[in-house]
Amino acid sequence: MRRARRGAARGGCPRMPPRQREPRRGPGGPARPAPPAATRPAALALVTLLSFASRFHRLREPPHVCWDETHFGKMGSYYINRTFFFDVHPPLGKMLIGLAGYLSGYDGTFPFQKPGDRYEQHNYIGMRGFCAFLGSCLVPFAYLTVLELSKSLPAALLTAFILIFDTGCITLSQYILLDPILMFFLMGAVLSMVKCNSCADRPFSVSWWFWLSLTGVSLAGAMGVKFVGLFVVLLVGLNTIYDLWDLLGNLSLSLVMFGKHLLARVLCLIVLPLALYMAMFAVHFAVLNRSGPGDGFFSSAFQSQLIGNNLHNVSVPEHLAYGSVVTMKNLRMAGGYLHSHWHLYPEGVGARQQQVTAYLHKDLNNLWIIKKHDSDTADLSDPSSPVEFVRHGDIIRLEHKETSRNLHSHQHEAPLTRKHFQVTGYGINGTGDSNDFWRIEVVGRKSGTLIKVLRSQVRLTHVATGCMLGSSGKTLPKWGWEQVEVTCTPYLKETPNSLWNFEDHINPKLPNISLDVLKPSFAEILLESHMVMIRGNSGLKPKDNEVTSKPWHWPINYQGLRFSGVNETDYRVYLLGNPVIWWLNLVTIGLYLLITVCTAVALKRGVQLTSELKELSRVVLCAGGQITLGWLLHYLPFFMMGRVLYFHHYFPAMLFSSMLTGITWDALLKFCAGFLSPSTTARKVYGGGFLALILLILYSFYLFHPLSYGMVGPMASNPSSPMAGLRWMDSWEF
Amino acid sequence: MCSSNQLSNAEGVWGIWPTFDRMLGFLKEPVVVTAKINVNLVALTVLGLISRLWGLCYPRAVVFDEVYYGQFVSLYMKRIFFVDDSGPPFGHMLLALGGYLGGFDGNFLWNRIGAEYSMNVPVWSLRLLPALAGALCVPLAYQILVELHFSHCAAIGAALLILLENSLITQSRFMLLESILIFFILLAVLSYLKFYNLQKHSAFSGSWWFWLLLTGVACSCAVGVKYMGLFTYMLLLATAGLHFWHMIGDQNLSNVSLLCHFLARGLALIIIPVGLYLSFFYVHLALLYRSGPHDQIMTSAFQASLEGGLARITQGQPLEVAYGSQVTLRNVLGKPVQCWLHSHTNTYPIRYENGRGSSHQQQVTCYPFKDVNNWWIVKDPGMQQLVVSNPPRPVRHGHIVQLVHGITTRYLNTHDVAAPLSPHSQEVSCYIDYNISMPAQNLWRVEIVNRESDTDVWKTILSEVRFIHVNTSAVLKLSGASLPEWGYRQLEVVGEKLSKGYHQSMVWNVEEHRYGKSQEQKEREVELHSPTQMDISKNLSFMAKFTELQWKILTLKNEDTEHKYSSSALDWITMDTNIAYWLHPTSGAQIHLLGNVATWASANAAALAYLCLSLWYLLRRRRKIYDIPEDAWQLWMSAGGICGGGWAVNYLPFFLMEKTLFLYHYLPAVTFQILLIPVVLQHLSDHLCRSVLLKSMFSALLVAWFSWVYFVYCTFSPLSYGQPALSPSELRALRWKDTWNILIRKQ
Repeated sequence: MRRARRGAARGGCPRMPPRQREPRRGPGGPARPAPPAATRPAALALVTLLSFASRFHRLREPPHVCWDETHFGKMGSYYINRTFFFDVHPPLGKMLIGLAGYLSGYDGTFPFQKPGDRYEQHNYIGMRGFCAFLGSCLVPFAYLTVLELSKSLPAALLTAFILIFDTGCITLSQYILLDPILMFFLMGAVLSMVKCNSCADRPFSVSWWFWLSLTGVSLAGAMGVKFVGLFVVLLVGLNTIYDLWDLLGNLSLSLVMFGKHLLARVLCLIVLPLALYMAMFAVHFAVLNRSGPGDGFFSSAFQSQLIGNNLHNVSVPEHLAYGSVVTMKNLRMAGGYLHSHWHLYPEGVGARQQQVTAYLHKDLNNLWIIKKHDSDTADLSDPSSPVEFVRHGDIIRLEHKETSRNLHSHQHEAPLTRKHFQVTGYGINGTGDSNDFWRIEVVGRKSGTLIKVLRSQVRLTHVATGCMLGSSGKTLPKWGWEQVEVTCTPYLKETPNSLWNFEDHINPKLPNISLDVLKPSFAEILLESHMVMIRGNSGLKPKDNEVTSKPWHWPINYQGLRFSGVNETDYRVYLLGNPVIWWLNLVTIGLYLLITVCTAVALKRGVQLTSELKELSRVVLCAGGQITLGWLLHYLPFFMMGRVLYFHHYFPAMLFSSMLTGITWDALLKFCAGFLSPSTTARKVYGGGFLALILLILYSFYLFHPLSYGMVGPMASNPSSPMAGLRWMDSWEF
Repeated sequence: MCSSNQLSNAEGVWGIWPTFDRMLGFLKEPVVVTAKINVNLVALTVLGLISRLWGLCYPRAVVFDEVYYGQFVSLYMKRIFFVDDSGPPFGHMLLALGGYLGGFDGNFLWNRIGAEYSMNVPVWSLRLLPALAGALCVPLAYQILVELHFSHCAAIGAALLILLENSLITQSRFMLLESILIFFILLAVLSYLKFYNLQKHSAFSGSWWFWLLLTGVACSCAVGVKYMGLFTYMLLLATAGLHFWHMIGDQNLSNVSLLCHFLARGLALIIIPVGLYLSFFYVHLALLYRSGPHDQIMTSAFQASLEGGLARITQGQPLEVAYGSQVTLRNVLGKPVQCWLHSHTNTYPIRYENGRGSSHQQQVTCYPFKDVNNWWIVKDPGMQQLVVSNPPRPVRHGHIVQLVHGITTRYLNTHDVAAPLSPHSQEVSCYIDYNISMPAQNLWRVEIVNRESDTDVWKTILSEVRFIHVNTSAVLKLSGASLPEWGYRQLEVVGEKLSKGYHQSMVWNVEEHRYGKSQEQKEREVELHSPTQMDISKNLSFMAKFTELQWKILTLKNEDTEHKYSSSALDWITMDTNIAYWLHPTSGAQIHLLGNVATWASANAAALAYLCLSLWYLLRRRRKIYDIPEDAWQLWMSAGGICGGGWAVNYLPFFLMEKTLFLYHYLPAVTFQILLIPVVLQHLSDHLCRSVLLKSMFSALLVAWFSWVYFVYCTFSPLSYGQPALSPSELRALRWKDTWNILIRKQ
C-alpha cells in the first residue's frame, strides 16, 4: 500500500494497484455491486462464443479469391512448394498461412492469379479458418485486457461487443490476410503486458515469468508478421522503461534486486524475441530453398544458394582477366544487369547512339568483354597468349559482346536524370574513341589487387569526364523497353547505385572455383533480406494523380475497401467499419481527452476527491493513458509515411480505440451515477446507459451486416437497393 | 579566463532601459532616465559587427544561393508574382527591403554563381540585413546565458564562440536567410527567458508583457523566414506549457489569475504569431500584383486576380455558363503541367503497340498550351442549337449536358473501352459513328464540387466541376501519363470509376468563356479564333488567396534531389562535408561554408558530456542521492532543456525529411549546441573541480582550449572571408578532412 499511496500523491500511475480481492468494493461503493464470481467466466465464454460465431459465419463465401488473398494465398503456396519469393513483410504471417494450408490439405497448386478467380476444388477453407480463428481470439483478448485495466465487467463487455459487431473487424478476419495474424500477436502482447503489470506485486513468481515471457513471444510474433509490429514493441518498451523507473525509485528495493528485474526484462523482452525472430527467418530460408520469383531481388552470392538458380552449384574463374566475358550487376536493391541492345536513343534524347540500360532478367545482351584500353589483346581463341589479370586502378574498355560496341559516356545529359551524363554504346567492332575508357576500382582496396568475381564491389570511373557509372533506378519510357536507366553520375558519392559486381565470368583459360565458398553467413542473409524489405517498403510510393487513402480518412470511416465484386450481379463484400461504432469511438476519443484534462487539472490543483472518484481517476489516467498511448503509436506514424497507405492499416489502432471506448464510457457513467443519491437510481442510470449503448451497437450491426456477409443485387447508389438508405456518406461504394 | 572577467560591473541590464516603476510617476516627479550600460555587451556587439560587416561588398559577384534569392528580390522590385516552395515570404521580403533601401531597380540576370554584379546592384545594402542579424547573434548568445543564470564569464565565452564560428560568419555575410532565421530564433528564446524570469516578481508588468509579446513576434518572424523556425517555436510552446503546468500546481494562485495567465499566453504565443504570419502573406500579396513566371501553378481564379496574364483575357467574360456557351476547360490539379481539355481530328490507333485495341475514334487529350482546339460548346441534350438563347439559360449543378468540340463538332464520349495508357480506366473520345453498333454515350452530369447549395449555377473560373458520365458513372479525369507519338505527347484523359474517390485530377474549371452566337459552323470557327470579351469582374478574398498560396508552397515539389554539395544529416555532426560558395575567376581565392572544427568538436563533446552527466544525476537522484544542490540541478536542467533541446529539435527532424539537405540546414542546431559548451564547462568547474589546484588547472586548460579555437578560426578565415587568396599548397594544407572539397586550380 505504501508505494501505491506515494505514486498517487505524485500523480503518477502506481504499478501495483492495491489488489482488492473479493469483495471488491466496500459498502457504499460505486453503483454496481461486485458481480458474483461465476459471472466472469460466463461472460468470457459468451463473448468468445459470439466472436467465433460471427467470424466463422459464411466463411466459405465468396468461393473466389478476394482482394489481397491473391498475394498472401500465393505466398502460402510458395511455402508449400518451397519456391523462393520476395515480399516486403517478414515471413511469419505467410509461413503460418502456408502451414495452415498444408495441415488442412491444400496442395499449393492453386495459382492465386487475380482477385475473382474461383477456387473450384482447391481447399482454401483451412487457411481462411486459421485467419478467422486468430481474428476471433481478438475479442476475448480485448475483453480480458480491459477487465484487467479497469476492473469493470461492463467496460470489458462493451469493448467486446464493439469488436464482435464491427463489420470491419469481421470482414478483415474472414480472409487469407496478414492482418488477423498481426492483430492476434499485437493484442496478445498487450494482454500479457497488462497481466504482467498486475502481477507486479509478486515478482519472479511463476505467473509473472509466464506473462513476461509471453509478452516477449507475442512481440516476436507481431514483428515477424509485419513491421507495423514495431509500434507495439515501442508500446511495451515505453511501459517497461516506466516500470523500471518506478522500481528504481523504490528505495526498499536493493540495487541487486533491481539488477535482477532489469535482467529478467532484458532476457524476456529483448533476447527472447530476437532469438525467436531470427529463428523464424532461419526457418524461412531453410524452407524456401528453390529458385523462384524472388531471386532477382537478392545479391548474386545469395542466389547461388537456391536450387534451380543458374548460379547454383556453378563454378567460375575467380579472378577477372582481360578477355573475360562477364555480366555486371548493379548493387542497388533489384538493380539490373548492365545491358545494351541494337536500338538507339531516340531523337532528342542525348546523342543518337546505342542504348545502354540496366535489365533485371538474364539475357545474352548482358554480356560484356573486358579489354585493355589501348590494344585489342587477349584474344580468347589464342590459347598461347598469357593470361593477364585485371587489377584495381587499371584503365579498361568494355565491349558489348553481341553488338561489338564500347561502353561510352560523354557530356550529354542522361535521358531521365538530367544532371547526369548519358551512357551509350559507341564505336564499330570495338574501335571507338577515348570516351570509351573507364578506370576500374575496387571499394576499399589498394592499387594492384586482383578483382574477384561476385565478391569485389567495383566502381567504374569515366576517365575523360571523371563521372561514375551508375543506375538511377528510374524506368525508361517505351523506347527504352521500360528497362532501367543507366547514367554516369558526376557526384562522386559512394552509393549502391554506382557500385557493381561481376556475376557471370567466362574465361576458358582460367581454372574454375566453386561458388560454394561464397556462401553467405546467416547474419549476412538476415541483414540483406532486411535491407531488401525496407527498401521495398519505401519503394511503394503512390503515383501522381492516383487516388490514395489518407490517414485522416480512417477514424471517420471515410472510405472502405472493396474486397470482392464490382457489378450488380456479383457477390460483393466491402471492408468498412460499422459506422455507428466507429463514430462512437471517434467521439469517445474527444470525450476522453476532455475528461483527462479535467481530471489532471483537478488533481494538480489539489481538489479533494472521494475514494471512489480517486479510483475512477486512476483508471482514467493510467489505464486510459496506456491505451491512448497504444492508439497514438499505432496511428500517428502513418502520417509520416511516404508509402502507399490503405484503410486496413488503421485496424490495430481501432482495437485500442475500442478498448478506450469501453473504459471511458464506464468511467463516465459511473461518474454521472455517482451524483445520484439513492443507489438504486444510480444503478439504474448506469445499467441503462450500458444497455442503450449495447442495443445501439446490435441494431447498427443488424443494419450493416450485409457489408461483411455479402450483398447481391443493385448497388447502393441505386435507390432501389435495400442498402440505399444506409449510404450515409457519398464516399461509400457498396 | 574566469578571473579576468569578474570585472564585469553591470548587473546584466539590457542596454538602455528606463525604469518605469510607476507609470504615472512623471506627474509628481521630474522625468529621470537612469541608464546602465553593460560594457561587455557593447564590446561584443561591436566585435560582432566588425566580424560580419568587414569587407561586405567583397566579392562583388553572385555567391552561392544569392543566385536563388536574388531572383525573388528582383521580382519584388518589379512587383511580379512568384511562388517559392522553399518557405514563406517574410525572409524574401526582408532581403527585398535591403534592395529597396539601396535603390535596386531589379534589373540583373540571376543566372550563374560567380557572375559579376553590374553597377546598379547595391551589393552592400542587399547583404547588410543578414550581416546585421548575424552580428546581433553574438550579444544575444551572451544575454541568453545570463538569463539562464550562468556567470558573465560563461556568457562571454558563449558569445566569443559564436563570434569565432566560421560557418556562421560565412552564412551571415551574403544575401542568405539562415542568419536572419538564427537571429529570430535566439531572440525568441531570449525573450521567453526574460519573460520567465520576470514571472515570479512582476507578473503582468509592462516589461513582462513586452517580453511575452516579443517571444510571440520573434517566433512568428522565425517561422516566416523559414519553416525550420517551427521547431524552435514548438520547443518554446512546450516549455511554456510545462511552466504553466507547474503554475497549476501552485495553490497560492487563484483560479482567476491562473485563467488570466493562460489567456495572456494563448494570446501572445498563439494568436499573435498566427495573425502576424497571415500579415506576412498579406503584404506579400499586396506587393506582388503583376502576373509572372509562376502563374501557371495557380488556379485560374488566382491568375485572374493578377494584373496582366490571364486577367487580360478573362476580364469581361460572362460569369454564368449557359447552354450554348463556348468554354475552355482547365484541369484543376495542374500536375504534371497545367493543361486544357483538347481534341483534334486524329483518331486513336486501331491497335496499340502492345496489341490492345481501341475504338479508333477521335482523340481527346489534355494540352498544355492555348489552342483553338481547346474550345468546347456546352449543349443542352434536348435541343439542337449551339448558341445561347436570349435570355441565357444558365447550367446548374446536377444538369445533364453534352460537350461539343468546337472545331470538329464531335461530342465528348466515353465507353467501356480500355484507355490507351491506363487500361483500368475507360477511353474518352469524340464520337465518330462507324455504324458498328457502338452507340454514342455522350451525356455528362455537371457536378459542382465547391457548391454552396444544390442549385448553384456553374460559374466561369470560380466553379470547380466534375463531369460524371451518365451511362457508366465514370468521371472525366486527367491520368497524368503522356501519350506516345500518335498522340503528339499530349496528356491522356480517361474516364475513371466514380468509386475511386475524390481527386483534384478529376476536377475542371472553365477558364475562357464566351456566349456563342454563330449558328453556322464556318462563322463559329471564326468566332472561336477571336478573343473573348464582355463584362464581369471578380476578386478572390485574401483568405482564399492565402489558403491557395500556402497550399501550393507546401505541396510543390522540386524534381531534382541531387546536388554536388548536398549531404546527409549524419555528415553534419562531424562536419564531413562543406559547400563551396564562390571561387575567384582567376586566383585561388574562394569562399566555403566550413565550420570552426575546434568549436564543432567541443560542442559535440559538450553535448555528450551533458547527456552522460544528466543520466548519471538522474539515476542517482532516483535513488535519493543528491550530488549537486537542488538549485544547481534546476539550472542544469533548464539550460540543457533550452540549449540541448534546441539542438535536438533543430537537428533530429532532418532524419525524417526526404528533401535535399545541405550543411547550412544544421546551423541553427549548431548554434544551440555551441551554447551548451559554456554551460557544461561552468558546471564542471563549479561542481567537479573541488580543490583550488584543480580549479586553476581547469582554468589553464580553458585558456589553452580557447587559443585553439582562435587558432582554427584564424586558419580558416581566408575561406570564410574569401581573402587573402591562397596558393595551391596552402589550400592543400587546409584540407584537414579527405571529404572536404576545396577547389585547387591546376596551374
